[in-house]
Amino acid sequence: MNRIEIRNGRLIDPLNNIDRPASLFIAEGRIASIGSAPEGFAAERIIDASGAVVCPGFIDLGARLNSIEAELAAAVAGGVTSVVVPPDTDPPLDEPELADRLVHRAADIGRARVLPLGALTLGLKGERLAELGGLARAGCVAFSQANRPVVDTESLMRALEYAATFGYAVWLQPQDHWLARNGIAHAGEVASRLGLAGIPVSAETIAIATLVQLARDTGVRLHLTRLSSGAGARLLEVARSEGVAVTGDVSIHHLHLTENDIGYFDSQARFDPPLRSQSDRQALSDAAARGVLAICSDHTPVGADDKLLPFGEAKPGATGLELLLPLTLKWATEAGVSLPKALARITADPAAILGSDRGQLAVGAVADVCVFDPEANWRLLPEALRSKGKNTPFLGYELQGRVTACLIGGRQVCSGSPVESSK
Amino acid sequence: MTPLPLPDAEAQCLQLADAIRPCLGRSPALVGIHSGGAWIAERLRQLLGIDEPIGLIDVSFYRDDFSEKGLHPQVRPTEIPFGVDGRHLILVDDVLYTGRTTRAALNELFDYGRPASVELAVLADRGERELPVAPTYCPWTLTLAPGESLVLARGDDGRLSWRLEHA
Amino acid sequence: MHNPQLNAHGELTHLLSIEGLPREVVTHILDTAQSFMEVSQRDVKKVPLLRGKSVFNLFFENSTRTRTTFEIAAKRLSADVINLDIGRSSTAKGETLLDTIDNLCAMHANLFVVRHSASGAPYLIAEHLARVGRDDIHVVNAGDGRHAHPTQGLLDMYTIRHYKQEFTNLRVAIVGDILHSRVARSDIHALTTLGVPEVRAIGPQTLLPGHLDRMGVHVFHDLAEGLKDCDVVIMLRLQNERMNGALLPSAGEYFRLYGLTPDKLALAKPDAIVMHPGPMNRGVEIHSVVADGPQAVILPQVTFGIAVRMAVMSIVAGN
Repeated sequence: MNRIEIRNGRLIDPLNNIDRPASLFIAEGRIASIGSAPEGFAAERIIDASGAVVCPGFIDLGARLNSIEAELAAAVAGGVTSVVVPPDTDPPLDEPELADRLVHRAADIGRARVLPLGALTLGLKGERLAELGGLARAGCVAFSQANRPVVDTESLMRALEYAATFGYAVWLQPQDHWLARNGIAHAGEVASRLGLAGIPVSAETIAIATLVQLARDTGVRLHLTRLSSGAGARLLEVARSEGVAVTGDVSIHHLHLTENDIGYFDSQARFDPPLRSQSDRQALSDAAARGVLAICSDHTPVGADDKLLPFGEAKPGATGLELLLPLTLKWATEAGVSLPKALARITADPAAILGSDRGQLAVGAVADVCVFDPEANWRLLPEALRSKGKNTPFLGYELQGRVTACLIGGRQVCSGSPVESSK
Repeated sequence: MTPLPLPDAEAQCLQLADAIRPCLGRSPALVGIHSGGAWIAERLRQLLGIDEPIGLIDVSFYRDDFSEKGLHPQVRPTEIPFGVDGRHLILVDDVLYTGRTTRAALNELFDYGRPASVELAVLADRGERELPVAPTYCPWTLTLAPGESLVLARGDDGRLSWRLEHA
Repeated sequence: MHNPQLNAHGELTHLLSIEGLPREVVTHILDTAQSFMEVSQRDVKKVPLLRGKSVFNLFFENSTRTRTTFEIAAKRLSADVINLDIGRSSTAKGETLLDTIDNLCAMHANLFVVRHSASGAPYLIAEHLARVGRDDIHVVNAGDGRHAHPTQGLLDMYTIRHYKQEFTNLRVAIVGDILHSRVARSDIHALTTLGVPEVRAIGPQTLLPGHLDRMGVHVFHDLAEGLKDCDVVIMLRLQNERMNGALLPSAGEYFRLYGLTPDKLALAKPDAIVMHPGPMNRGVEIHSVVADGPQAVILPQVTFGIAVRMAVMSIVAGN
């Protein structure tokens, strides 16, 4: 299936400033033309995108793929064509062979592309450097500690220096180990009332200040993952304005939820970093609206047993690959952000952070495309998700926005049909 | 059928006191069941010239319908200010109906000790017994229509009177 | 958000926390407890209310004192009592909290009294019971993590009512490690629900949670200032692990700054009462002279505790 025409859709390509009704023509796995068919083009397949949006496939800056087949199927069902995978796999991605295997397995499965983050240190222990060169050759796009700390600041500095030598980017979650180690919720009103050990905002801001300073000194390209506070977003913005090579992202859940969503100790609201206050949420939303922060799903499938525990013992995280689109659309509506701008946060902006030329629909670009119906309503029930992770605070909610087709390299990998119950 | 108008409860207390008076020789103690029985017991105490304070019983903890109805919304403390062992007691209630309240009161009394005897004094007996209980002293027997109930009230001036209620 | 403690008719079916309970419900529990006080003074200290019912004491965190008072209370209601001390060894065997609950439900439990080190554990249990359709089983929280100890809060209120009659004209001070105290949180919610106009928390910043003002509490770091004109002083136990660490330098310094000595107590009203949930650390949070003095009502608190627990169990078991 080589030549594909996607017709009658609203074409939105944020990077190239396109937002108009136009057809898209694909040949040999790449975008052949926009608007009118190329000379002699005979479509082997036509996808009717009437009433739908046609845009670049989403690039998710953070998704855990515990059960890789199910999760990559979930990704394309959610319109996500590239997934950045943190190194906290089991075993951690600290050996080139492991990264190699992961990349090949994903290629065999043939759904979403996997962009692994290699472990910065062996075992993610924060002590000895992993073989960054070998990992990079095996396909790692950057290096990370997932959400594990590097406690020793000297080791951290040396690791960043080493990475900077070779131009490798380092992605770190800013959280001071000591201030966060006993906490399970944001150190705010809700935690005080419910008797939950708190993680103060300073755990994030102190870590950001440290990392930014080290980025200045070492010249490393730094990406801060999963910001959770308004103060943290402000520090990032200041650093960028001073010319530090630092970027940041926020999980879509932190744009919608706050500490109040813990309610009566609902473990679906347990996240790492924790959900913070309403004013933090507002500040993060503003930062995302202004383009300071890219948006990701932070997809973390957690089995039911690991959530059916007291709040402090439950595993943090929520399923997200299939919710990234509807929750981003919902955020855009509530924050008054235009659709192209909102889509930029999950396409062009992540691509820029990765230094990749994906995330766009220019002629000649690889045809990773998402077609979605922005008005389609659906109910979030476990059966509606392809992911093995059914853990979400939005269970039972009516969501708007559903993928009808998804193409990777010009090959259709998802048709948007409902999940088959027999599988 | 229920006679209308309802009889004068105060006059009935006088009748009840007259019936009990011949038996005062063995110094019975009066125990009133909250709240109607307690009012009547207090009235009897005055009419019979008894010095000893009356006992007050709340049967909420001894009822047999806890599983269906739960704990009664208003529980008052039981107060028995005298020893029960070896005493002759007169249990006082306003209306005798199924007999279950009397059974509960007896069970509660026996947790205090072993009385020499227990007699039952009620102002009204409306029949429809579900247990083998009979009053010793009772000035008024009646039947009620389905859904009707007989309620004793105490006015601000302390006067007792009857009221008929419909479900 | 639907309060999981109340059933569809707004009746109390579990006691998980005092927070969110209407004032009438709290007052009803105190009134009912008064009747049970009388039962405890008879020779036969039993009523047949819970006869044939099984009360399971599930203590995931050890506590002989609290467990014993619950056991006495349940037995005075004629219930059958089964004590389960589920220490760390059982959970190390891999059985989850909810698996344990399911097993016990199959053994015809009617009421679970639960103490757990994780805040929120009793809510998890109550939700699970609702989910599996067992709304005939009731949960009473005997203390969860730092979150709540509602029966202690209620017996503290009973104590205050016994000595002071009215709540609406009182100044109440809670002194000590409120950050880690479930008793303090329950007391605060109970006091504000019952309309106490001035609730004070006194302690060093390291032992006070943030945002206490949002719970209706005035914060003091100076004991003398905080105790001025108080009607009720509730002293909290300072646990050993808090001393000699980053929170406090030593028991000695704590006693000098926050220990309730006779001269500090003199700053409160002359008829102020001194309460303590127990067990006391003499010479750490409280001077022996005060603990044994006429203003201390610590032993009566224990008696009231049995009556309050009888009231709580009979009310929830009947709904």
